Amino acid sequence: MLSRTADHLFWMSRYMERAENTARMLDVNYQTSLLPQSAAVAEQGWRGLLSISELTDDYQARYGNIDPKQVKNFMVRDERNPSSILSCLRAARENARAVRGTLTTEVWETTNQTWLEFNRVLKDGLLDSDPAALFEWVKFRSHLSRGVTVGTMLQDEAFHFIRIGSFLERADNTARLLDVKFHAVESDFYGAADERDNEYDFYHWSAILRSVSGFEIYRKVYRNVIQPEKVAELLILRPDMPRSLAHCTSKVLGNLKLVANVQSGDTLRRAGRLHSDLEFARIDEILSTGLHAFLTQFLDRVGDLGLGISKDFLMPAQ
Amino acid sequence: MRPSFDEMHAATADVREHYQTYNRWLQAQPSDMMRSRREEAEVIFRRVGITFAVYGDKDSGEGTERLIPFDLIPRVIPAHEWRDMEKGLRQRVTALNRFIHDIYHDQEILKAGLVPAAQIIHNAQFRPEMMGVDVPHNVYSHISGVDIVRAANPDGSGNYYVLEDNLRVPSGVSYMLENRKMMMRLFPDLFSQHRVAPVAHYPDLLLETLRSVAPGGVNDPTVVVLTPGMYNSAYFEHAFLAQQMGVELVEGQDLFVKDGFVFMRTTQGPKRVDVIYRRLDDDFLDPLVFRKDSTLGCAGLVDAYKAGNVTLSNAIGTGIADDKSIYPYVPKMVEFYLGEKPILNNVPTYLCRETDDLGYVLAHLDELVVKEVHGAGGYGMLVGPAATKAEVEDFRKHLLANPSNYIAQPTLSLSTCPTFVESGIAPRHIDLRPFVLSGTEVQMVPGGLTRVALKEGSLVVNSSQGGGTKDTWVLED
Repeated sequence: MLSRTADHLFWMSRYMERAENTARMLDVNYQTSLLPQSAAVAEQGWRGLLSISELTDDYQARYGNIDPKQVKNFMVRDERNPSSILSCLRAARENARAVRGTLTTEVWETTNQTWLEFNRVLKDGLLDSDPAALFEWVKFRSHLSRGVTVGTMLQDEAFHFIRIGSFLERADNTARLLDVKFHAVESDFYGAADERDNEYDFYHWSAILRSVSGFEIYRKVYRNVIQPEKVAELLILRPDMPRSLAHCTSKVLGNLKLVANVQSGDTLRRAGRLHSDLEFARIDEILSTGLHAFLTQFLDRVGDLGLGISKDFLMPAQ
Repeated sequence: MRPSFDEMHAATADVREHYQTYNRWLQAQPSDMMRSRREEAEVIFRRVGITFAVYGDKDSGEGTERLIPFDLIPRVIPAHEWRDMEKGLRQRVTALNRFIHDIYHDQEILKAGLVPAAQIIHNAQFRPEMMGVDVPHNVYSHISGVDIVRAANPDGSGNYYVLEDNLRVPSGVSYMLENRKMMMRLFPDLFSQHRVAPVAHYPDLLLETLRSVAPGGVNDPTVVVLTPGMYNSAYFEHAFLAQQMGVELVEGQDLFVKDGFVFMRTTQGPKRVDVIYRRLDDDFLDPLVFRKDSTLGCAGLVDAYKAGNVTLSNAIGTGIADDKSIYPYVPKMVEFYLGEKPILNNVPTYLCRETDDLGYVLAHLDELVVKEVHGAGGYGMLVGPAATKAEVEDFRKHLLANPSNYIAQPTLSLSTCPTFVESGIAPRHIDLRPFVLSGTEVQMVPGGLTRVALKEGSLVVNSSQGGGTKDTWVLED
């Protein structure tokens, strides 16, 4: 397969996954903001959302204060924000269009229609009238796009690069989410104890879980109250949790093995190493050495893996 | 009043034989049916992404992509007319290929004095790089699009004329195929009532043609389609054809030349390329030979090509045969190379480079169509009868400044075909572009792309100027 084709497929699925994850985080923040909490807590949520995507500076340079409506606009429909849902869906569609011949008709039409309909949905004012419905819509389009990919595409190289893109992006997004949310808890903000602490904690952790469709899963797996270290374990180490880091790295590794070429040995080795570090890790060790440090290192390694894949397959020197 | 010819209605207002079944069907449909079918068609075209890019258009929510208006009423050609046209097309394209080979080799036709040598040597489309270069089977134009119109005779009958030959990178065939698919989806019952010759095997014939012109000694050639990229106006067609043939769609950046051979960069390392169906003008093919600023082509490609290690389809330099200044000589080519009488007529043409012709053209500007010799897409032309006095005078200045840049033809009264427009069903002018494939043999599918000028009275059918398309039915006996 053409390297450029693989590159477009890889980014097509990354952008679709990113759009979904952004919608998930926005949705949870929006739901949380409906709770009777202080304005400061709510602002912390929106601030966290920007910091997950490393967009705080961009946002503040343009709009100044954190304003929920403005953050929503910025993250959903701002063309100048390359991570907005609008930008992601456009990029997914443009990448798909560049290789439409490699995709099945269904995959292409789904991606194209998602883009066309998203514009219509925005024009109809759904973001203001019913943001939850809009976020739900984005998630569903992403489900549809993943389903039609798995359900219609030949499981050849094209398919494997699509999958690598999805899982690499998801690993990155889940790690960022964890980092920001745990960081918020460790900060001074939550330091002062009062009687409502436990309650807030519950909503904080359940929000994280719900943003990765993990709330029911948590209950099923642990049959216990929501505890931060178990949340971390579920989202980092559980191999059967589809949005956990361990699950994502396992999928990246598996697909990478299937497309291996003469020069990809080192990238494959690094992917294997990253995965086995998670496979054989324990959550108490990770937490005792510091979650933030762990996740920062994980994000660096995922970034390196992306570069390696790019160099070996997507943009080879010759 | 100018005589006119309608494809469906004879002068007596009777419905022509080959449209009678269709007409009966149409009369039986409820009045709002066509409107709802048209909406359905638009939704499908948009979702499938059958669009073309408009240059210089601002990016809106829908991108810079527009739909080419699709008209629901088919253009129907009876079997006997198509048989003659097909024979004529084979003959014409064969002669044109012989001409290009001759020009880049012995130039017999110039020596015989049938075409003025100056017309060739000083023509911007002449590629001296191609002199003495042999191409597989001596075929240059593998994919040819020949634009044909029907014009009314004074007695109300009609004649087909070739308006121009397109031997560089003719486009539109994907619309021919998609229009048929759409018609079969919208009106399946019509196809059970008519014996419409199928066209869906075009990509198969195209692949066969491309494989047949691979460099000698290559048994299982790797064919690719070379596109300028997704922002090109015809990108949909490039992607469509590559997919239909099951070959890679490459951009210049995907290719490189090493040791005289062309390779593409793949995820499994370099892979040799044997035949390139390039949808890119000569000028952009190779920055080492043509335009140095081109990033769309591949450095070294022309050398690999001249060494016979890769086939370019169409060949470099075919523009010398489809130039408007060469067009008037095509009937003579048919006689010269094939010893046959031309089956297809040319439109009488005045060459403004010649004093007598220029004099006539200047005196009759309001009756003639004047075109730039190298223009395309309906730009830079004057349609005399439709122009205002001021436009005529303005054009006169351009013409006088550089007469040899123009040719002129009588305004043909292009035939019309009933078309579904805002006000209902009304006649609109049409043309036809059949596609002729030349490899080790000459092949084509019955029909072609019918373009229609949607504005009342307009003769400009180009999609960039508000033209639309129709499905084209060749009826089998």
